Amino acid sequence: MGLLSDPSRRKVLTGLLTRLNTPICIVCYLAGIVWFMGLAFEPFTLRTYMSENAMGSTMVEERFSSGERALSLAKEFDAHKRKAGGMPVEWLVKAMQSRGLEVFTQSFSRKLPFPDENKERYMVRGTNVYGILRAPRAPRTEALVITAPCSPGNTNNQAVALLLALAQYFRNQIYWAKDIIFLVNEHDLIGTQAWLEGYHHTNITEYISGSLRGRAGSIQAALSLELSSDVITSLDLVLEGLNGQLPNLDLANLFYAFCQKLGVLCTIQGKLQRNDWDTAEGYTHAAQTMMLMVLKQACGRSWGDHGLFLRYHIEAASVRGINSFRHYKTDATTIGRLLEGMVRKLNNLLERLHQSYFFYLLPSLSRFVSIGYYMPAFGLLAVILLLRALDLWVHLGAPALAAVDGVTEAEQPSSPGVLTVLTPVVISHLTGVALYLLPVHLQEMAVEHFPVSETEAVVLTAIAIYTAGLALPHNTQRLLSGEGTEQGWKVLKLTALLYLAVLLGCTALINFSLGFILAVTLVPITASITPALYALVMVLLSPAFTILYCVFIYQELIEAPVSVSEGWMLFLSVISQGILDHALYGSLVYPLLALFIYPCWLMFWNILFWN
Amino acid sequence: MNYCNLITIFAFINLLVSIPHGYSNYVETKAGQFFSSGHTNNWAVLVCTSRFWFNYRHVANTLSVYRSVKRLGIPDSHIVLMLADDMACNYRNPKPATVFSHKNMELNVYGDDVEVDYRGYEVTVENFLRVLTGRLPPSTPRSKRLLSDDRSNILIYLTGHGGNGFLKFQDSEEISNMELADAFEQMWQKRRYNELLFIIDTCQGASMYERFYSPNLMALASSQVGEDSLSHQPDLGIGVHLMDKYTFYLLEFLEEVHPASQANMNDLFKVCPQSQCVSTPGHRTDLFQRDPGSVLITDFFGSVRKVEITKDTINLTSPVEPPIKRSGSSDIQIESLTYVDQLPVAEIIHQQDCLEANVTRCRRKQQRTRKLNCQVVEKQTA
Repeated sequence: MGLLSDPSRRKVLTGLLTRLNTPICIVCYLAGIVWFMGLAFEPFTLRTYMSENAMGSTMVEERFSSGERALSLAKEFDAHKRKAGGMPVEWLVKAMQSRGLEVFTQSFSRKLPFPDENKERYMVRGTNVYGILRAPRAPRTEALVITAPCSPGNTNNQAVALLLALAQYFRNQIYWAKDIIFLVNEHDLIGTQAWLEGYHHTNITEYISGSLRGRAGSIQAALSLELSSDVITSLDLVLEGLNGQLPNLDLANLFYAFCQKLGVLCTIQGKLQRNDWDTAEGYTHAAQTMMLMVLKQACGRSWGDHGLFLRYHIEAASVRGINSFRHYKTDATTIGRLLEGMVRKLNNLLERLHQSYFFYLLPSLSRFVSIGYYMPAFGLLAVILLLRALDLWVHLGAPALAAVDGVTEAEQPSSPGVLTVLTPVVISHLTGVALYLLPVHLQEMAVEHFPVSETEAVVLTAIAIYTAGLALPHNTQRLLSGEGTEQGWKVLKLTALLYLAVLLGCTALINFSLGFILAVTLVPITASITPALYALVMVLLSPAFTILYCVFIYQELIEAPVSVSEGWMLFLSVISQGILDHALYGSLVYPLLALFIYPCWLMFWNILFWN
Repeated sequence: MNYCNLITIFAFINLLVSIPHGYSNYVETKAGQFFSSGHTNNWAVLVCTSRFWFNYRHVANTLSVYRSVKRLGIPDSHIVLMLADDMACNYRNPKPATVFSHKNMELNVYGDDVEVDYRGYEVTVENFLRVLTGRLPPSTPRSKRLLSDDRSNILIYLTGHGGNGFLKFQDSEEISNMELADAFEQMWQKRRYNELLFIIDTCQGASMYERFYSPNLMALASSQVGEDSLSHQPDLGIGVHLMDKYTFYLLEFLEEVHPASQANMNDLFKVCPQSQCVSTPGHRTDLFQRDPGSVLITDFFGSVRKVEITKDTINLTSPVEPPIKRSGSSDIQIESLTYVDQLPVAEIIHQQDCLEANVTRCRRKQQRTRKLNCQVVEKQTA
């Protein structure tokens, strides 16, 4: 007889499972955490290498030399920007036209659901200016994009000027096989989103924008440039995009290769590379870099203008110039050469970048961890949920077995119907829907009744609904029919565990960091929950508090620790940014947390108050 | 005194008499050499099997061998050149209409009169094998055919990406060493070659000649099984590797060969030793009937007309005998036997009138289209 169909053997197995369940779960949890932390240990990582054959090992001699001209152009751009009080559209159009590009503009407008306090905008109206450099001999089927944002104040003047200088240099070359689009977007991410939607004729969010009059073909890759000073000390590479999507690792390899060739100091997450992996400091440095990447990826925000390109399968990265107090400085000509080299290599591409990894973690710029290595860490955490569910299933099935054997029992205890489980599920999800919809819709009413601004109204409404959900079990218990039974909460826990396992699994597939962070806090509490557990422990490990802890850890990692009150204000702004990101760019973190994770957690909360 | 004089005069007369005899001996040995290699015409099949811009060096390899072969006398009508991609007119080429073999753009192997017979997607395993074996559809023009006979020496040069036992054609198919050996056997059985020199410059190239079994084959490869053939120099202006090491040194060796040079195959085997090439070139001569030391380079790479001017009559060793008149009726006719025509003249015979005019028109048209269509863009000032 088979192992699982033989009753006596099955009893042995299930006995083993129930006896050893808790130790195995604890071991798995610890193993998962240790595996994750061990990913940053250098012998467990692989060195990065260029996978794409077309972007091979041969480098060209870069000949860009107009760095100084770019800097004087930056001053001119700044003056015109001040005069126009925003984006100097006519000056930009004339500048691009005189460099031989085909220039087009796109105006867009967008009303935010509530005012954005970080950037101080509510009703956004702007213009994107873009010039297309047509390839001299090639058919116009493919394109590359180089973009620089037009930001208010003193920021990013040099980026736009370098863009124009590169455009002039590129126009004189005949070896372009793809069209190159030079884009200057206003209002950073909003402008980029409007441009991308117009270019691809999609309508993901409700932008009101004119359709684009000039087009260049399918975009193969994009680079975003942020440069705010005449000289820099290092270049930072930003990879994390919307919903935690990352560009192909070959783009990071390309950047690193050129950094090494031109001798420019390059960082990722603002941290330099270290060579002493066998010391404690070296390991913590790598672990910090990796944790920063995990946190940035988990929040689902696009951390540079490049992040919105990734959704359209356009590999994009942001290059940010940083001027800190270091002796060795790099001038604009070298940055121009770096970009020239990168664009020329991208020009050699025959297909989109697809040879290297799409899912990875970078403990440093030259070492990576691929999905095959980091997924087991999450798997170990998810297995705990499944083991617990199996244990509950065995327990629930045992009385039925006893009834079959012992015939004296006239009636077996009535197993709770589906209705007892259905009620908490439905009510939890309705609360989740309320958490998703009400904050934005009720903001006018809240502003009328309370002396708060709209943003504060939205955030505080969200927190209020979240807390109100905690009070639900006391009230809904009266409506339930089969309440109070031992079986009832076990069935609910079984359903909730399986539901959580599916949710976390799907999240980890799309955005590993988000899934892992949620698993680290949710799995221990949900696996061990019984009606006798302390409610406070449950609250302290709820999703909202997870976000709070992440805020504090993030501030620690970027070496700008905050006090409790500042941390609280940051937490509120994180919530408002999350809601705004969802409304403006289609980020999925807020709906996931509100519509799925929070109701799942509420189902477990119901178990606490079962008796 | 008289005896000495007599003897001297006698010796002198002997000498005078023997000079013409010695001279005719010399001429006869030369005449003997005339038929020693056994070939009367030369053909070359040069194939580059890889496409895409980063495989620039394979096209440059093939074109450099083409250049040498043409320089040493083989005309375009006897060369079948197959290039899988157009590097000269590629959009990424900063110097359009050129293919360089030396860095700093010293030597342009594309030149002005390159005639490519199979281009782009026409370079397939099927077309290559059809060219070798002669099984082409009747409509194929002469320039795409290998019209060799049993007195032809053929040079076959292959380059591209290869592995242990195969050569990759255009990223989509492969030719195996067994197929190649069988194709050569077909050629032998149809008497399509007298001697064949096979050169291959790919990774693990020696695996491609392991399976040959037909006579009169000599093979050279740039690397042994398990070794990679390396590329030579990158050009920093163009941004790609220009040549492979083996063919680069082969080109330098061939640049010193001229139509009258007496360099032989043993010198060719010494081209690119491991110190220069990093990989170990290999060769195979066991199927070849002559000693490699007596085989001239120009036997395969050039088209050297063997012309010896002599004012004497030469007695050939096997004189043609007049047919014996048979007794009997004079009605009996004796048919003489001939070889079968390789060119199916009978099928195209009805085009006899236009044939000549068409051939010249085609050739002129081919020369025009084979000149490049790429336009060199003038630099635009800002």
